[in-house]
Amino acid sequence: MASLEFGTLVADPSTVDQPFESDAPANRGRRPVRWGRGVILFLAAVYFIVPFYAAMAFSLQKPTGGFSLSPLSQIASAPGFLSALWLSTQLAVITMVGVMLLMVPTVIYVHLRMPRFRRVMEVITILPIIIPPIAYATGILESAPAWLRSSQYLLAIVYVILAMPYVYRSLDSGLGALDLKTLVEASRSLGSGWISTIWRVLVPNLRSALMSASVLTIALVFGEFTIANVDNWTTIPVWIYLAPTDNPRVNTLVAMIALLATCVVLTLIVSLDRSQSRNSRSSS
Amino acid sequence: MTVATDSPAALDGERRSTGAPVVFDNLTRRFGTTTALDRLSLDIAPGELVALLGPSGCGKTTALRVLAGFDRPDVGRVLVDGQDVSHVPAQRRDMGMVFQSYSLFPNMNARDNVAFGLQIRHQRAAQRRAKAAELLDLVGLADHVTKYPHQLSGGQQQRVALARALAIEPRVLLLDEPLSALDAKVRAELRDQIRALQQRLAITTVFVTHDQEEAMSMADRVCVMFQGRVEQVATPSVLYSQPATPFVGQFVGVSSRVPVTRRGDRVEVLGREVPIRGDLAAVPVGELEALLRPEDLDVVINPNGLGVVTHRSFLGATTRVGVGVAGTNLRADVRSSEAQDLEVGTRVDVSVNARDVLVATPRPAT
Repeated sequence: MASLEFGTLVADPSTVDQPFESDAPANRGRRPVRWGRGVILFLAAVYFIVPFYAAMAFSLQKPTGGFSLSPLSQIASAPGFLSALWLSTQLAVITMVGVMLLMVPTVIYVHLRMPRFRRVMEVITILPIIIPPIAYATGILESAPAWLRSSQYLLAIVYVILAMPYVYRSLDSGLGALDLKTLVEASRSLGSGWISTIWRVLVPNLRSALMSASVLTIALVFGEFTIANVDNWTTIPVWIYLAPTDNPRVNTLVAMIALLATCVVLTLIVSLDRSQSRNSRSSS
Repeated sequence: MTVATDSPAALDGERRSTGAPVVFDNLTRRFGTTTALDRLSLDIAPGELVALLGPSGCGKTTALRVLAGFDRPDVGRVLVDGQDVSHVPAQRRDMGMVFQSYSLFPNMNARDNVAFGLQIRHQRAAQRRAKAAELLDLVGLADHVTKYPHQLSGGQQQRVALARALAIEPRVLLLDEPLSALDAKVRAELRDQIRALQQRLAITTVFVTHDQEEAMSMADRVCVMFQGRVEQVATPSVLYSQPATPFVGQFVGVSSRVPVTRRGDRVEVLGREVPIRGDLAAVPVGELEALLRPEDLDVVINPNGLGVVTHRSFLGATTRVGVGVAGTNLRADVRSSEAQDLEVGTRVDVSVNARDVLVATPRPAT
């Protein structure tokens, strides 16, 4: 086809319709104080903060009274800690990659081609939550081939299955907010194949869903104890529970730091997401 | 069914086209027990804009989706530039498409949206940006290149979508009711702009719409579809003045139905014998009705007339007058200067001034 030549067929800018106006700030008056909400929020905060504070106090309290940060310096040198941290990190990465590679195309396919199958998918993906982990672990260990039983990849495969409910729901919600069919067809009509469409169009628009799915997966891997213990792998949760240390306060401190780190990552992700949305909206 | 078509070649004239010819060859597509396309055949000349017009469920969108490659026919072929593309994936068909719903990629600004297809084709970044800017300028959005879809109005989004579809220099441009989500003023502006662009670029375009005004004002030819079949393919003027089937006569433009009595090759309508239009062999037997356009009727004040004016609608140069005659409601166009005396309740005579009339069987009562 010959190259198109474009002239100066320009719409009169004055006739170009105007962008949507944001809602007028008509109701920016002071909001009435919602005491009920405040009380519930306070009680929830107490419920979460008191145990956290108690554990931190137990970890950092000196026998002679007062607090000390010296247990922090003992963490790295605690026997088995670094190898447990490395194993958990590897498992988290492998699980995250595995579950995304499995679930992203699957959920997109179900949304696009088999929307009636969504309910079945919901039931299937909730099974890992319903089945007790110990029954699950025993079954998998018995049925796995011998070469895989001694590999940490078996644990990663198990974690992929355990992470499915959380990842499926995040992606399902994210895709539900998009006009998926139109976006995919627009991308394909412009010459983009399926992989390119997923990578360039869908994944960027599923950023929030993918982030929350990733955080939940990481939190799951760093918090799962039963299956890792039955399979004889010393991950961070197993180490916290079993590792022989001179100072049990260190174990508690590691658990608290893991919890705190998860909270911080979640907060960062939410803040980053909001900040990016705000920036793109204000760039006009 | 006999399908009336104008030859696309006759419309080519001296136009130098960059578009490709398109042929729908006997397409059939079924969804379960529903037949969306029923032996659909249509030839589209290079650079021609053909509107697929019809009511919901007539198969027009299915036909477009088959052409785009998003759906495959059960039977038949789609030829583009002489090549059978029936089994070519959508991404390899080189067809730009503007969708009914807003289809811009939310994570990209207007420029990146327009440049997307060029990026897929591995064009250099500088070239992509330059061409995207050029196209956005062409659709009147030069000042909006860095805006994201949520910062643009519906009309602006569809302009960007049009620029994006044109950026890849498609062999065929597909428009799937791109104006239906817009308000009337923006719709009219964008309609004119799309038509002007299409004519300037001489790009083969298939435009799906259920809005006959859009189809008639934009298209070189209009293909009226009903129940998966082509009823008539013709220029807008022929479609209006010489509808080939009662469905076209009723669907396109405004028609009044009047009971008639057949006498050989004529029917008696409102006291006058008028030739039957079209193939007499195809005229059904039994009770018949004539389909009359508003301009086919004359209305004259007569205190002893059988008709009574029931309503008036001012349309500018003409006024549409509703007249009740023997239980039948007729709509006639009268010059506005003459319509001033036609108050509601005025007794009138109504006569037919048409050279011939289309007849059909009465519609079943609903």
